[in-house]
Amino acid sequence: MQGYTERIQEAARRLLVDKQVDVVIGFRKGTVPLMNEPFLAKNVDQVRQLYWDGNCGMNLANYLPKRTDRIGIVAKGCDSRNIVIHLLEYQIKREQLYILGAPCRGMIDRRRILASLEGKDPSSAEEKDGVIKVVGSDFEVTLDRQEYLQENCSICIHRNPVIFDELLGEPVPEQQNVDRYPDVNQVEAMSPEQRWVYFENLTKTCIRCYACRNACPLCFCPTCFVDESRPQWIGKSIDPTDTRTFHFLRAYHVAGRCTDCGSCERSCPVGIKMRQFTKKMEKDIKELYGYEAGVIADQRPPLDTYRPDDPQQFIK
Amino acid sequence: MEPGRLHFSWISSAEATKFAETARAVVKMVKAVGPSQHFLKKQAEVV
Repeated sequence: MQGYTERIQEAARRLLVDKQVDVVIGFRKGTVPLMNEPFLAKNVDQVRQLYWDGNCGMNLANYLPKRTDRIGIVAKGCDSRNIVIHLLEYQIKREQLYILGAPCRGMIDRRRILASLEGKDPSSAEEKDGVIKVVGSDFEVTLDRQEYLQENCSICIHRNPVIFDELLGEPVPEQQNVDRYPDVNQVEAMSPEQRWVYFENLTKTCIRCYACRNACPLCFCPTCFVDESRPQWIGKSIDPTDTRTFHFLRAYHVAGRCTDCGSCERSCPVGIKMRQFTKKMEKDIKELYGYEAGVIADQRPPLDTYRPDDPQQFIK
Repeated sequence: MEPGRLHFSWISSAEATKFAETARAVVKMVKAVGPSQHFLKKQAEVV
């Protein structure tokens, strides 16, 4: 995957020199190991900062809504699906975009790696041939990359970009026979009261920093319902009722739109598994409407269109 | 949420009888479930 770095830099340089785009959105190396940060290269001098490896988990589609310039953007499978959703929701025009598709083998879960180090501090990490070499001042460990994928990546079935203008590498084989919902099935089997306790515990540590919302490409409302004060839909405290309302509502807002890119969980400073909410929505939409968000570019999402055969057993 | 607390219905403005019937039925069913124990905000819990 690191091979993409050169390809990205080459493409970015070409696009910027030819004045085909005004900015290239990609990643640059972060200041700590196992963390890369989104980066907007606006001129040729900045191109050499563009970088790619297994720590590019954030969803770059988040930087597109309402931009007016021409944009080159590096897109993994999930990013590309979110780009499709932006197009469907009129957040950006296709003519503005030059998509550099990045077939993806999954992104690394930094938290699990750090946990496996049992408190030791890594100073650098490098990926090669399916292993991650993590080095600190007094240790060196080699980890199997496949074992340390982000949870959403290990069950991903759309690793290759669904739209692109140019591919950065050969398409990767898609994962077959993936059971995407064992955890959701488990929660569904609980009684309402058990479920209540489960969700209560899930969001208990939330500090309401809204990092999940900010990292989410779907959250582009000019004023989010949590920030609105007239009317004030939801209290701003960390009272469990407010926290719970935030998480439940956020999940409903992304129903039929969420691509399970995992940016919310990745960005959460306290490690809340909020994909437990969004995955249930995703599963329902798939079962009720046979729809997967952002996979087909010209199909309206089920919740913004009406079909006579829409399921409606719940209406009496 | 407990089953029986949330109801959906489609009633035309011309269907007064259906509206009245549905409203009565909903009230009855929600009463049977009892007062809600969740989504109550009594006082800010400061930890």
